[in-house]
Amino acid sequence: MPSMEEKALGERSSEPVLIQRILAGEKDLFHDLIRPYERGAFLLAYSILRNQDDAEETVQQAMVKIFSHLAQLSESDKFKQWAMRVIENEAKMYRRKRRQHLYESLDESSTEASDDKPFYPKQFADWRDLPSDAVEQKEVREAVAKALAELPNIYRAVFVLRDMQHLDVAETAEALGLGESAVKTRLHRARLMMRESLSPIFAKPKVSIWERWKGSNPWLAAKR
Amino acid sequence: MVSCKTIIANLSEYFDGAASVEMREKIEKHLRRCHRCTAVYDSTRKMLVITGDERIFELPTGFSERLHGFLNKVISNSGAH
Repeated sequence: MPSMEEKALGERSSEPVLIQRILAGEKDLFHDLIRPYERGAFLLAYSILRNQDDAEETVQQAMVKIFSHLAQLSESDKFKQWAMRVIENEAKMYRRKRRQHLYESLDESSTEASDDKPFYPKQFADWRDLPSDAVEQKEVREAVAKALAELPNIYRAVFVLRDMQHLDVAETAEALGLGESAVKTRLHRARLMMRESLSPIFAKPKVSIWERWKGSNPWLAAKR
Repeated sequence: MVSCKTIIANLSEYFDGAASVEMREKIEKHLRRCHRCTAVYDSTRKMLVITGDERIFELPTGFSERLHGFLNKVISNSGAH
């Protein structure tokens, strides 16, 4: 059986072939081409629009553009970055159309230019160990969604592409039309901010001195 | 010892394996002694595990079916030309 890496490599190397075949007329293969990116596309659009219906409509429209402009993709091994860039542009256009930016302008202007301000953590509590199925718990999902929604837009897109969709720094930079150093700076900030806002939820509960004493007192333990 | 500020500022690069050998050694030495930075390191690592898991974010019910249904129409229309 092929390993995970081999499988991923196989999938990626077959992408240019898929594109070639679609362009040659096997248009139904477009479904297979985009299937690995559905989740990421939705997540990216949602991170910009913060509304599920708007994000879904945006992904549908962007996928049509990707389909009809596929011949314009000059480097077929860069489909992922290109597709994400189309999604991002479509989501931004949708936001402008809906005039959402009018309501968000305050939020954007206060955070857009703050790349160089250092961010220093304020929460230093140890986190509890989280089981691998923690991600399927409703409260964990809600906490992450809320922390993500609270990230300023410029950090959110970088975080979503890099840490949730696992694009590398160069791919993220290409998808967002940014330099690699901007990606690194924003990513660093986004990670610290995400950690900060999730800390109160995942921190180990504080044990009072009394509880600690009770736990270490053999006489009390024997009585229980 | 390198300051906590320097350690925190380089933590992201360290996570990505992009920190220089010298910086990596400084960070590891610092983490052995500094409880606060270890807490930041450890919680960031845990945060990245959670957010990097694709199960953390559920697609809306029927999203994929609607998307491919929509694309089906677009694709068949494009074939008609």
